[in-house]
Amino acid sequence: MPANRKIRVLVAKPGLDGHDRGAKIIARALRDAGMEVIYTGLRQTPEMIVEAALQEDVDVIGLSILSGAHLSLTGRIMELMKQNDLADVKVVLGGIIPEEDHAALYTMGVSAIFGPGSSTDAIAEHIHRVVPA
Amino acid sequence: MTLTRRELARLLTRIENDEAAEDLARLYPQTGRAHIIGVTGSPGAGKSTLVNALARHYRAHDQTVAILAVDPTSPFSGGAILGDRVRMQDLAGDPGVFIRSMATRGALGGVAPTTLDMARALDAAGFARILIETVGAGQSEVEIARAAQTTLVVEAPGMGDDVQTLKAGILEIADILVVNKADRPGAEGAVRALRAMLELGHGLRNEGHHGRQIVSAQPPESSAETWLPPVLQTVASTGAGVPELAAQIDAHYLWLQNSGEGAARMRAQLAAELETRLRAALYARLLSQVDQELMKALLNRMETREITLYFAVDLLLKQLR
Repeated sequence: MPANRKIRVLVAKPGLDGHDRGAKIIARALRDAGMEVIYTGLRQTPEMIVEAALQEDVDVIGLSILSGAHLSLTGRIMELMKQNDLADVKVVLGGIIPEEDHAALYTMGVSAIFGPGSSTDAIAEHIHRVVPA
Repeated sequence: MTLTRRELARLLTRIENDEAAEDLARLYPQTGRAHIIGVTGSPGAGKSTLVNALARHYRAHDQTVAILAVDPTSPFSGGAILGDRVRMQDLAGDPGVFIRSMATRGALGGVAPTTLDMARALDAAGFARILIETVGAGQSEVEIARAAQTTLVVEAPGMGDDVQTLKAGILEIADILVVNKADRPGAEGAVRALRAMLELGHGLRNEGHHGRQIVSAQPPESSAETWLPPVLQTVASTGAGVPELAAQIDAHYLWLQNSGEGAARMRAQLAAELETRLRAALYARLLSQVDQELMKALLNRMETREITLYFAVDLLLKQLR
């Protein structure tokens, strides 16, 4: 990667639950891994997330979902990304996402899913691996 | 210049990464139409919320708005958390608004080296107002005055006494001073302290320091030749005072054009920008010519206190000629 380039990551919390501690921890860990993290805060709609990702020209969208609505929210976000020519942006999920839904999410095009207890290093490593230099 | 939002976003990335010399050459003739407004001030003074409120005001008057929000790069990791969008949620979904967050990437003046060029791209893309929000700035982050036509300095009540106000170099760049969170106690006091500082400075400028009268009996007023920065109160979270602020921003823009100060500032900005770029290029070129072995040898001699820093620099410079 050229010296002037930085990996840009949007960290967003779609849906209505009000817990953003996990998202903030991830934002900080990715900053410490040398990335530029655009933190958008709570209660983001899929439309807001995709629009922010487009304006910010990010390489990765990190979604923290604790509400149980991961299938519908992620599905809608992936659909909007395709409509906006953002299909090359990687989507990484975190939060509480039951094992039995993983296959469906990967089929939608999700790049990785990190559940509770995942090391932040593993998340940064994954992003470094999947973002083209 | 007609670009899709996606193309504009990618252009901004190339500019930020210093990979856009050709793009900039192409768009440069189409710049100079937007009103570029800088918003600076202490951390926590409410800059993002005020930018959001101003953007909403302009949208209500059918003017397009682009926002460049700058946050600091961590000097330790090179990463950054860019969090200004959190306070700009209610602009989401409006095609007349474009918000871009950026990190300082090591620059110390409150904005990044590429912020002005990114503003130019947004200007060429046709946005009428470009709001640049600097990092939370204290006393010397004054680069914004080079990038913006109108600079707002935002303070909040209770953030420092009169001496803080006196020290701050940041006041010297203010075209308009805003005491935000004006519903809090101490707002009137903050306004008075800022006004007193401004009048002091104004008196000094007009009378010279040998003049007998330092603060004139009549409060000074703006005229065709001089702009005296107004001190306004806002509550950005409710929008109170924002229409009055917008009116003053327009008055300043008009004054820039009518007084000739706008053209003079533009030329000074370009000269400063040219010097900065040239300095960086010269530095890089000369540094590559410095004899690394000699530098190490001199460092050794400095370590044993045989020669001073000044002597070492002198020797290195002689070797360059």
